[in-house]
Amino acid sequence: MTPVIETYCHLRNNRIFRDGKLLFESPDTNLKDFLKSAYKFLNPGYAKFYKMDELSKLGFLAAEVLSPAFDKELRPEETGVILSNTHSTWVTDLRHQQTISDTENFFPSPAIFVYTLPNIMTGEISIRHRFRGENAFFIFEKFNPELITDYINRLIMSKKIKACLGGYVDRSTDGYDVFVYYLRSGKNSTQKPKHTAAGMWKLYEII
Amino acid sequence: MEELIEQLKQQIIEQLNLEDLEPEDIDPEEPLFGNGLGLDSIDALELIVLLEKQYGIKIENPKDGQKIFFSVKSMAEFITEHKK
Repeated sequence: MTPVIETYCHLRNNRIFRDGKLLFESPDTNLKDFLKSAYKFLNPGYAKFYKMDELSKLGFLAAEVLSPAFDKELRPEETGVILSNTHSTWVTDLRHQQTISDTENFFPSPAIFVYTLPNIMTGEISIRHRFRGENAFFIFEKFNPELITDYINRLIMSKKIKACLGGYVDRSTDGYDVFVYYLRSGKNSTQKPKHTAAGMWKLYEII
Repeated sequence: MEELIEQLKQQIIEQLNLEDLEPEDIDPEEPLFGNGLGLDSIDALELIVLLEKQYGIKIENPKDGQKIFFSVKSMAEFITEHKK
């Protein structure tokens, strides 16, 4: 039986949408200020947020938006995090490269370097919400729901997980694009979108 | 020493991205790790880089780190003793 999506969110153009409805809009046009004001709006009380790179902040905020729907009755290993993007940690990689490009002023920053892997973002989300199920990050040329939906549905069918955060969190020098959803197996509803590739394309493009 | 302590507080906030803190929130004698500011191992590495980048001081023996980075005051004392 194909799982259904409990809830989903988009972060685009300085706005946060949950289930297709506007949740928060920031007057700030640059990403740094948007992330800060969105954090203050959601108020998770998690100071480590400030130390994260922009990619992790985007993923963290998306998970916060969806977190009221997380099933607290599940054991930590029953929730997975399967995310993807196109530009990996490109913006942070550039920042790191700047710290090492001048041999006369060679001071690589550990705090920047540690975020030069995209699965650090899935780790940050997992630590925050105590998820210890399957954890994976994929890099595609563009949003690719075919592989993600198949991967997550197989994990659920094989009973390795019962719930999962899935989707796409991308940050490039041109901007950002976030579409993340939460699904829980065994909760079927004709009202909620099914976790299929076609269904995820539709939700991805809804905003 | 007071001036150096205030400068260090500002540098620590900037280097470690402690954006929710103001310099006056940091007690110079409060432990930086553990129950104090709650810094972690990555922050410890950043503090080592800060000493080298801003003050030209290299920590030769990593075991000294625990004493040097105990608090902002201990960092200031170490910088005063070792600044080139």
